[in-house]
Amino acid sequence: MEDFNLAPLLPEIFLSIIAMGLLLVGAFNGNNATRIVSWAGCSGILITILVLLGIGWHKQTVLNGMFIIDEFSSFTKLLILIGSLGAIALSVRYIIDEGMERFEYPVLILFATIGMMFMVSSNNLLMLYMGLELQSLSLYVLASFHRNSTRSAEAGIKYFILGALSSGLLLFGISLIYGFTGSIDYTVIKHSLFIIDGASIGFTIGLVFLLAGIAFKISAAPFHMWTPDVYEGAPTSVTAFFAMVPKIAAMAVLMRLLFEPFASVADQWVQIIYFLSLFSMIVGAFAALVQEDIKRLLAYSSIGNMGYALIAIVANTPEGAGAVLLYILIYMIMTAGVFGAVLSMRRQGLAVTKINDLAGLSQTKPALAYVMFILMFSMAGIPPMAGFFGKLAVFNAAVAQEFYVLATIGVISSVISAYYYLRVVKAMFFDEPADKFDTSIPFARRVVMFVSIFFVICFVFKPSVFIQSSITAASSLFAG
Amino acid sequence: MLIQALAFYLFAIILVASAGMVIAARNPVHSVLFLILGFFNSAGLFVLLGAEFVGMILVIVYVGAVAVLFLFVVMMLDISFSDLRKGAMQYVPVGLLIACVLFAELFLVYGAWSFVPGVEQNIAVATADFEGVSNAEVIGRVLYTDYFLPFQLAGLVLFVAMIGAIVLTLRVRPGVRKQIVSEQQKRKREDVLEVVKVTSGTGV
Repeated sequence: MEDFNLAPLLPEIFLSIIAMGLLLVGAFNGNNATRIVSWAGCSGILITILVLLGIGWHKQTVLNGMFIIDEFSSFTKLLILIGSLGAIALSVRYIIDEGMERFEYPVLILFATIGMMFMVSSNNLLMLYMGLELQSLSLYVLASFHRNSTRSAEAGIKYFILGALSSGLLLFGISLIYGFTGSIDYTVIKHSLFIIDGASIGFTIGLVFLLAGIAFKISAAPFHMWTPDVYEGAPTSVTAFFAMVPKIAAMAVLMRLLFEPFASVADQWVQIIYFLSLFSMIVGAFAALVQEDIKRLLAYSSIGNMGYALIAIVANTPEGAGAVLLYILIYMIMTAGVFGAVLSMRRQGLAVTKINDLAGLSQTKPALAYVMFILMFSMAGIPPMAGFFGKLAVFNAAVAQEFYVLATIGVISSVISAYYYLRVVKAMFFDEPADKFDTSIPFARRVVMFVSIFFVICFVFKPSVFIQSSITAASSLFAG
Repeated sequence: MLIQALAFYLFAIILVASAGMVIAARNPVHSVLFLILGFFNSAGLFVLLGAEFVGMILVIVYVGAVAVLFLFVVMMLDISFSDLRKGAMQYVPVGLLIACVLFAELFLVYGAWSFVPGVEQNIAVATADFEGVSNAEVIGRVLYTDYFLPFQLAGLVLFVAMIGAIVLTLRVRPGVRKQIVSEQQKRKREDVLEVVKVTSGTGV
């Protein structure tokens, strides 16, 4: 192979070494080392971020065209690393409080992160699959990490079985695409599809299966059934990780596939993404209305949010792709803050997750109530919070390409979803106070919540920084 | 050619029949044994295709490890399989319907199959200059060069699988007596032995 060069893989290699080293540290010191392993994992991620910023981001494929680095992959990797960092920081105290303090927890998060980094950098369907499996396998274990809880085990098994099914769909789709084009390399597929007009029926079916497999991973309706159960059953800190990070990776993979190898067959996939987006928004808006559990509510909210992000993919423009990146960036940071607050809902040492448990929070714990208040307003897309700008960018991209129906339904479902976000606010500010929550909120969780709030409020002062960088990153997909 | 065709039909018929028996057999142990028969026959099909390495690996890995593991699990778990099977028959019509629809769809897809122009060239990239080289060598040459990165990632996946298996199953039980070699080594005679002079008739 001529293109042997490991320099673009430095962040992944570094993080793998850190993860394996930390596993050794844990294996020698036992579960007492959980705290050390967690914080060492956080610093490892921080150094990886520096390494990632240090290597060149110009477009390059290495290792027999398996691995691609460009501004898009590097930008999404940055998001993934920041999300994982936040997820570990949020969970350290939680896993100790819940009595599931095991050093494998941060190590598994690191391995999932490595898998996601390979996913977004894959330039080959085989690499995509390997990265996806590395990520999914770690996530299955994390979902059932609370071994003494039946619900956690149930969540793990459900996620595992449906995840295996979706991987099967994905592989079947890949095999059909390979059968049509004779290659699994994105570059070759792109050139092969470019010279034909109108793909064959076999290829289209392959594309449908491939997209169904990925839609499962981003939990877009109608492939969302696992999401509420897994989010509810998994330990809350794991749910936070699920809601923040893997969706970015899956969304990035989807974007790379659609805008690079399958760019010339856009008329085939636009309809699929159109309906995925439509269903997700509607399911996310209506199914969440009747939820009593805040984790379930956030699960449906994430389904709806993926629907909004998919709107901008339908637009099929660099601005649209930039809007997707901006949207998932804002969504990740808001979710981190919300889960910081949800993780702090403990009463007499037990975690509670019902919306009713938040009743009267403004009197018992005003600071936490105001954090939730701001984040819920941002989630609902009320200006001047960051969430508003995400939705604005997404709807703008759709309107620019004259997808009026999609944008209108997006706005309507956004208004409907405002109801359940505001229901949380109503419970906190207008209901009779319930018993007080336990007071101690660890420092790391406070920091995550503060960063989230700071971002959500201050986004309005300098939106162009994020909008510009996401559009720059996204346009590298359209460059050639 | 005739012998090859005969061998193909023999392997294929036994494979399909044993696959059917895996589902139909009443005794789960018989199901696993039919599964092993199926593995052997698919290995035979691979050998007919000229992929003798894959065929042998199939026998070693699937028959030698996976199927035997299945057998152990089936024999050791105390599950009444006949209870599990009760009521399964009611899903047969729906299952058959879906199977027929899927079969028809696949038939349509594969019947009207077409390739992109230049597909031979795309495939040729993967199989360049390996004429007259044995199976295992070809796989080795490709796996450790062109597919080096996915190969390494597969290693990571297996590593995570191992961590996962340990995380989900290893429990520290109180009261389990483990061998601690260093303690055994440190043990001195004075710590555990006491020589007592007993005068006869008084007891200790």
